[in-house]
Amino acid sequence: MSFSSLECLIDEKQPVYTLAQALCEAQRCLFCFDPPCVKACPTEIDIPKFISKIASKNIIGAAQSILSANILGHSCAKVCPVEVLCAKACVYHDRGELPIEIGRLQFFATSQAIEKFLAPDLLGAAKARTGKKIALIGAGPASVAAGAMLALNGHQAVIFDKKNFIGGLNSAGIAPYKLKHEEALREIRWLSSLGLEFCLGKEIAEEAHALEQDYDALFMGIGLGEDKRLMISGADGPSVYGACSLIEKIKTQKNFSLGNIKRAHIIGGGNTALDLAQELRLLGVDYVALHYRRDEPDMSGYAHELSAARKLGVHVWLNSEISKIIHEDAELKGFYTQEGQLVESDLLALAIGQSHVVKISKYFSSISYDARGLIQVDPKTHRTLNPKIWAAGDCVNGGKEVVNAVAEAKIAVKSMLAYLAEV
Amino acid sequence: MPDLPDLSINFCGVKSPNPFWLASAPPTNTGDQIMRAFDHGWGGAVWKTLGKPIQNVSSRFGAVGYKGQAMMGFNNIELITDRPLSVNFKEISEVKKRYAQQTLIVSLMVESKEEWKELIRRSEDAGADLLELNFGCPHGMCERGMGSAVGSEPQVLAEITSWAVNFARVPVIVKLTPNITDIVEPALAAIHGGAQAISLINTIKSLIGIDLNNLVPLPRVGNFSTNGGYCGPAVKPIALHMLASLSRHPKINSAVFSGMGGISNWHDAAEFIALGATSVQVCTAVMHHGYRIVEDMKEGLSLYLKSHGYSSLQQLRGRAVEYFKEWRDLDLNYRVTAHINEASCIGCNKCYVACRDGAHQCIYLPGMTREKSIESGHPDAPALNIFEKHENSRVPWVDEKECVGCNLCQLVCPVEGCITMLEKS
Repeated sequence: MSFSSLECLIDEKQPVYTLAQALCEAQRCLFCFDPPCVKACPTEIDIPKFISKIASKNIIGAAQSILSANILGHSCAKVCPVEVLCAKACVYHDRGELPIEIGRLQFFATSQAIEKFLAPDLLGAAKARTGKKIALIGAGPASVAAGAMLALNGHQAVIFDKKNFIGGLNSAGIAPYKLKHEEALREIRWLSSLGLEFCLGKEIAEEAHALEQDYDALFMGIGLGEDKRLMISGADGPSVYGACSLIEKIKTQKNFSLGNIKRAHIIGGGNTALDLAQELRLLGVDYVALHYRRDEPDMSGYAHELSAARKLGVHVWLNSEISKIIHEDAELKGFYTQEGQLVESDLLALAIGQSHVVKISKYFSSISYDARGLIQVDPKTHRTLNPKIWAAGDCVNGGKEVVNAVAEAKIAVKSMLAYLAEV
Repeated sequence: MPDLPDLSINFCGVKSPNPFWLASAPPTNTGDQIMRAFDHGWGGAVWKTLGKPIQNVSSRFGAVGYKGQAMMGFNNIELITDRPLSVNFKEISEVKKRYAQQTLIVSLMVESKEEWKELIRRSEDAGADLLELNFGCPHGMCERGMGSAVGSEPQVLAEITSWAVNFARVPVIVKLTPNITDIVEPALAAIHGGAQAISLINTIKSLIGIDLNNLVPLPRVGNFSTNGGYCGPAVKPIALHMLASLSRHPKINSAVFSGMGGISNWHDAAEFIALGATSVQVCTAVMHHGYRIVEDMKEGLSLYLKSHGYSSLQQLRGRAVEYFKEWRDLDLNYRVTAHINEASCIGCNKCYVACRDGAHQCIYLPGMTREKSIESGHPDAPALNIFEKHENSRVPWVDEKECVGCNLCQLVCPVEGCITMLEKS
């Protein structure tokens, strides 16, 4: 479906290594003991171990080491902000050298493995069928990770999503120069041979209670809600987008076009804003500006992403707020800043966060929420107040990385397996 | 740069502009090659061994690398020259005419007394400054009773050496094989036979590896392979030991030595010279990087001599020999312990795991309790107050009382100068 999507026009930032490149980089690794990179990985992949396996040309063993710690290790290799995680902890920094390219090595190993093996052959055949059924709500990284791990343990895992594609933000929200829709789907399709089932394009609100009855356990991996809107005039007019929904269109919508856009303005200072700004520049928009309401140090986006955006020619307007969006003849004309300046623009994207309230969980019983509207769980088990329901990922943590969703799913699955062994 | 020490040498009365000679091997196969090498600054060259016509195989070389670096060790199954003797001699005389300053050594390997006589005469007629008797080649030629077959039989070695010395007007170098139990034996035989000089080491018998796809050893010639001769940086310690064994031997150390085996740069060369070599021979490094490496070798060696107060190579030669002793002569009271520099440590903990699993369990991880340390392989952990002393340590720490001073931590440390071995009074 994505072959005609806009994201196909954007090149990968880091093409997959050749064997020679991978060996060269792998041989640089010092093979530290008690290594800081592993401590910096939320899923605790044994990084020096898998890199030393690449160095010995045991690529399949390397992939097994990765995937046994992080079942979404293939996409995480591309999606993880290694600059602030494993690679930031690399001891080479202290020797004044570039850190090991851990993400690229990881992607190299998992790519080879996914190409050459079926998931059950690489990850070990699923254990004997238990006959237990688990419903996982939302088809994003948390549910896919949890579902795959449950399937490996012989349980029947069924993933539900109201959208008609799998992957959630992994296939619809990742910047195309890191990971494209098709590549994300490839990983999930590969994992689904473990016995994952999908029930897509279906609202399940009305069936929530039936699911609770019919399934032995449930898992909420429902992510966050819609893009937040601005409560100002014109915010609902044409050419004003929520950032996530615009990114989703760029990545997944057939024949979606930006039209003749020359100037685009993005409101927000987080990573979604920075991703979208870079995507728009790479898609050929002449002028792309980011409007952030405070100073640079307050921005929640990563410094390395901001610097990458600037290198692509993205303009950054600090301490800039907009007061009113203007349309003329049903077309976007621009917006007024707080200072009363009219800024002309052909596209406006709001990257000011996503709603924490995801309505679907409300239909399940005994789930509690914190003040921000996030699902409350016991952090040691990721179990909700409903003893039959677990939750992980953005709907619990408020919006972190894919690797955090996987780490939380691991905790939840450990607890679920113990529970399922009893019932 | 002015006032650099002179690198010229006198080898058995033959002057050479510098000690850097090309060893008898593919880089000295033709006159054209050797003239180019001399243009780059090599002081001498040992012509690829001449003998009865042979045919070489395809393929010929194999190598092992380490951590992405090619040719740490090199293996060859090439034999002596496969070009007609008349062509070789013609080229030798041409080179000698055009490069009078450089030293031209002709390497020889034949069987009968008559053949030795004839080749020595023709070599000298062509202008050879020195002769090198190849008693070292450990592949192919030894199956025909030559090369290392001679080098490992002291009596035969002495006899053939005496023929050559009798026939020759120029000094004779005997090139030894390391494929023996004690290098002293063939060296004594060479001296006994009248050799004025000894060169060592030739290559070490080797099987470089197996192609795991078809299980044929490397380098593959059709469906089979054979043993080769091993050389390159990996063999340098073996060569140094053999040279040192001869340099300190009272019945051998009057000979002039030409050292070789893994020499790739001026550091290596200086070490061979400090162990008694007058000239050094290089092959693998040139096969790897070309003749051009000699520029840095000469410059580096000169600067080293100058910075250490030597005004000539003569002053360095053999200076290390007196420090090479038997184990029993070592001071059992001498003691060093490891010291880790907190400021330069990068926290890789290589020293910790090497000491724990490969040495004496006396390096501790920062922040690890005494109890946990005992559990994870330190049964002799020191008293609690020593742990407390290191409580705020950012880097691994050494229990100096237990440290035997083995050097392992220093050797595995990836940061130059971070771990030092301190003398204990």
